[in-house]
This record gives sequence, structure tokens and C-alpha cells, in this order.
Amino acid sequence: MAEVRYEKASRIYGFGAVGEVRAVNQLDLDIADGELLVLVGPSGSGKSTALRMLAGLETVNEGSIFINDVDVTLKPPQERDIAMVFQNYALYPSMTVAENMGFALKQAGVSKSDRRQQVEEAARILDLEPYLDRKPKNLSGGQRQRVAMGRAIVRSPQVFLMDEPLSNLDAKLRVQTRTELVDLQARLGTTMVYVTHDQVEAMTMGHRVAVLDHGVLQQVDSPRTLYSQPANLFVAGFIGSPAMNLIEVDRSGDTLSIGTTAVPLPDDVSAQIRSSDVNTFVVGVRPEHLGLTDDGIPASVTVVEELGSEAFVHTEVAHQGGTLTVVVRVEGETNIRRGDSISIGVAGPVHVFEAQSGIRLGASA
Amino acid sequence: MAVFSRSPKPEPVLGQNRAVGHLLSFVTWIIGLVFFFPLFWLTVNGFKEESVASADPTLRFDPTLDRFAEVTEANSGLLSFAEAFSNSLWVVLISTAFVMVLAIPAAYALSIRPMKMWRDVLFFFISTKFLPIVGIIMPVWIIARDLNLLGTRTVLVVLYTAMNLPLAVWMLRSFFAEVPKELIEAAQIDGCSLLGQIRQVLLPIVAPGVAATALLCVIFAWNEFFFALQLNPTGASTIPVWVNSQQKFQGQFIATLSAASVLATLPVVIAGWIAQKRMIRGLAMGAIK
Repeated sequence: MAEVRYEKASRIYGFGAVGEVRAVNQLDLDIADGELLVLVGPSGSGKSTALRMLAGLETVNEGSIFINDVDVTLKPPQERDIAMVFQNYALYPSMTVAENMGFALKQAGVSKSDRRQQVEEAARILDLEPYLDRKPKNLSGGQRQRVAMGRAIVRSPQVFLMDEPLSNLDAKLRVQTRTELVDLQARLGTTMVYVTHDQVEAMTMGHRVAVLDHGVLQQVDSPRTLYSQPANLFVAGFIGSPAMNLIEVDRSGDTLSIGTTAVPLPDDVSAQIRSSDVNTFVVGVRPEHLGLTDDGIPASVTVVEELGSEAFVHTEVAHQGGTLTVVVRVEGETNIRRGDSISIGVAGPVHVFEAQSGIRLGASA
Repeated sequence: MAVFSRSPKPEPVLGQNRAVGHLLSFVTWIIGLVFFFPLFWLTVNGFKEESVASADPTLRFDPTLDRFAEVTEANSGLLSFAEAFSNSLWVVLISTAFVMVLAIPAAYALSIRPMKMWRDVLFFFISTKFLPIVGIIMPVWIIARDLNLLGTRTVLVVLYTAMNLPLAVWMLRSFFAEVPKELIEAAQIDGCSLLGQIRQVLLPIVAPGVAATALLCVIFAWNEFFFALQLNPTGASTIPVWVNSQQKFQGQFIATLSAASVLATLPVVIAGWIAQKRMIRGLAMGAIK
């Protein structure tokens, strides 16, 4: 059981005149005991690097990292009491499943009988008992993934580190394993840091989710808050599927209009716009917060994606001398077809960001 | 104009056609036989009488083991087969052991934890093979003489180690480089020491490659003739020098020399035969997975 703390931790490549690249830049992050924290971001966002810094596989060039208030910044991986599951599982191909799972215990000098017992216990939790004497190459992808999990839980570490552990599984198995993993973490109560590029995975699994972009932490909060109150433009665009409609708007006074239709704004946002010296804003509305009305924004339908319980209608809307694509979610089955003209109204919360800085206006989380 | 629609013809692969396939295997057999024939003839000659071996080539003769008996007979004052064989065995095995002990950590450092300028280091290793050995034999000889190592097995162990080390480092490095980095990282996290990572994780995976490398070192050291002749021509010398000593200054010696050559070749052929499968697996990249 452990808390994890990043204090202004940076990973810098290419010092000196060549110009430095900060893969992780001044990361401040507190992870509570027993928490499942997800690090999410696009590729190159530094999420894996941040995890590997915690593992001791990457040098921390600035700042520090603490596990249970112990400064581990300079400690090698073997002294951090952590377990890691890699994307490709990294099972030792020459060893059986049992040997793979017991390897860390063997290094720690645990006796053979104790080792056997602990391995069998973990195997029971993960339904791996029939496979203990097999080699990894004779296992399916899902089984290998479970062995990798087993190798991690056998040692009862302070922290589990997961580096995209599900991305090599097929879609169905991924969803199933996701649930199992959340359940397992809750039962064991061990702190877990989980890296993924898949925002659905992040939202469904994390107690809290930390969004990274270009090595900088954008926002860390509960999935619900990330969704309902994204701190900036990047988070707004990254979280949610299909993505939030983001529309750049030049203000006239304190009103923002899509086409010629004014967007209803909360009072505090209007006030902020009025007192701001910024002229261009981005209006963000999620597809489910748009609907069909009689006198809304006129739009022509380009694509209809029917999913059964809902449909996503992609439309083109005339706006500030051009056209832009707006996606609307429609409940149930729909008769709307390509080429239809519809009228869109705002039926839910609207997010407003400064276009240049990406900062959110109005009440923040 | 009519429009024809037809399914796209698959790109023909050489050998897919039956006739071409037969032709290719015929050619392969011919090439194989051309390479095999000298060895075959050498062996056949070893079982002949001197007069038969020197006469017109024939496969009709009464085979005899007399030549083998002659060459393995110990003559006092001369290098005997038994001595040469045990010298070769000693020099080859000890030098190969040294090579592997030195090359494995070097390859680890060059592939799994590459330090700065590892390419230059790698190039340095192979550059030591650029110089013709004959060009450096003089200083080597003088150094060996001053160290009182002329005519010893030790000098050959040292030189064969130096000779095979670059090759072994290069080969092992390419095998190690194929091992997924995460395996080593997982071992680190599992609390494995550096030596443990090499011994328990890395070596079991690259075993075929290590075996292939060791076998090549054995073969090169076993066949080495120039150093052995220059630095160690007498009592403590190796099999190639012994084969050379079977040449006589008068009379016929083709059959004798053939018998000696067969004996010299046999260990390498047997080792190669046994290790064939592993060696091919090792030498063909992508051995892991």
C-alpha cells in the first residue's frame, strides 16, 4: 500500500546547444493509497515516460519522485518495490508460467515451497492454474496478459505500473479484461498507475485520470469532472467519443454566434467575455448536448452513423464565411438521411475557451 | 473495343512452376556435389595405397587403413597426431572459453545498454581484422620471444582469443539486439542483478546464437595455420601444422596426406553436423520469438 508523489519531475533529452526536449515537463502529481490513476494522452505526450520514471527505467533529470514519502528518484528499479506490466507482456520465453510468476520471489530469496504456494494462489485468482507448466509461446494473447498480471500480483508490490497492458488484445477481450482488472485492483487495494492512449479505457477505469500533452499535465480529476468541466481546449477535444464539437467564434460584444444563431451562455461566462481583451473564443458542445429544434442553426446532413440505441448525425453548418462540421447525437432510430436539411439547437451545457491560450472560461472544477 | 475483365494473375514465384522447381533442385544438387566432391575424393584417397593414389583416378581399389595407421604412429622427435590433437583441443577450447567470457559482457554493453559512441567501439573491434596477419607477424613474434612464449600453447590461446573476439562481439551483439528491451527491464524490476539478467534472462533466449558463435570460434581456431606455424612450429603445435608435416621431401605422399587431412577435418565436420540445426537457427536472424 503506498502513496506516490511526483514533485516537479522532468525527463529531458538532448541537453545543451542541440536544444532540449522535455518528454515530461515539471510533473506534479499526487496519487493516493489504493487509487487507480490513469495517465492518458496521445502518443508522444510523455505518459509512458512518466510511468517509466516512476519505475526507475528512465532518469529523472529534474524534481523528485516519492513512494510512501521515501525519495526514490535515484533508486534503481529493484529497490522500489513496484511491479510493472508491459504492453508486450515481456514474459521470459525460456521459463514456464509458474517460473515467470515466481521469478521475482526467487530473486528475493523466497523458499521454493513458499514460492509455489504464492504462485498457485495468484494463479487461482487469475484462472491460470491449468497453464502453470506451459511456456508463454503456448498461450493465447489473453492468457499471456494474465500471466503478466500474475507476475505482478504475486509479489504484492507497493504500486502496480501498467503500460498499455490491454492494447495487444482484441476488442472484445479488451473490454472484458478491463472490467476484470478494475475488479482485481479494487479487491487487492493496491495503488495502480495505468497508462493508456485510449480515452474510453481511461474514463472507464480510472478513479482519477491525468491528461498529458507534450509532457505537460493538462488536468487531473475524476472522469466525470474531466468530461463535464474540461480545464482547457486540449482536454475538451481529447476526452469524449465522438469528440466535442469545437467551433472557433469571433465575439460581438459579449455574445458568441454559430452562423447567425447566438449561443446561450451562463452569466459568469458572458461577464468574463465582456471584460476580456481576447476576441476569438472556442465554443465547445458535446454531440449529446445538441438536438433537433424548429428554429435553431440550419445544417445539412453529410453522414449518419446509426448505432441502434443512438445515432450520430454529421452535418455541415455555415459559419463565419465558411462551413464547419458539427456532430449531433440523436436518440434511438432516426429517419434523417444524407442531404436532409435540419435545424440544430443547443440543449445542454456549453463550454467556452480562449482560442489562443485554450483556457476555460467560467466556473472551473 | 471490348472490355475484358479477368481476375488478376498472381505474381509467379520462382520454383512454383513444377518444371522450374525440378530444374532448380537439379541445379542445387549439381552445386552441392561440386562442393562435396573434393572432400569425397580426399577421403577416398586416404584409404588407398600410395601407388594407387598417384596413378590415374579410380574408384576401384582395395581399401586399406594402413595410411591412417602410419600417420597416427608416434615417431620420436616429431610432432605426433595424439600430441597435436590434444594441443589443438586445449588451445581451441580455452581460447573459445575466453572469447565467450569476454564477448558476452561486451555485446551486452553494446546492444542492451549502448553507451555513447557505441558504433565507434563496434567499428574498432572489426577494424582489428583489417590488417593482414602476415603484416604484424614480426612484432608478434618478437613479443612472444621476449615473453618466452615461443613454442607454447599459451601464445596460441592468446592470439586465437584476440583473433576471434571481434567476430564474437559482432555476432553476439546482433543476437542480443533482437531481445526485446522490456525483458531486461522486467528482470530489473523483478529484482534481478546485472549478472542475473544476463545469466537467467538473456542467455537462455539467445542460446542458439551463443552456440553458433562459439562453434564458429572453435572452427576458426581449429583451422588456424599461420600463427601456429610461425610461433609454434615444434612440439606444442596444433593439427594444421601436423597435417603440413606429413608432406615428404621424397617419394609419394598423396594418400598419407589425404589420411591426415581427413583426421584433421573430422572433428569440425562432426561438430558442425551435431550443431547444424542450432547453428542455422542461430545464424538466421529472428531466432527469438
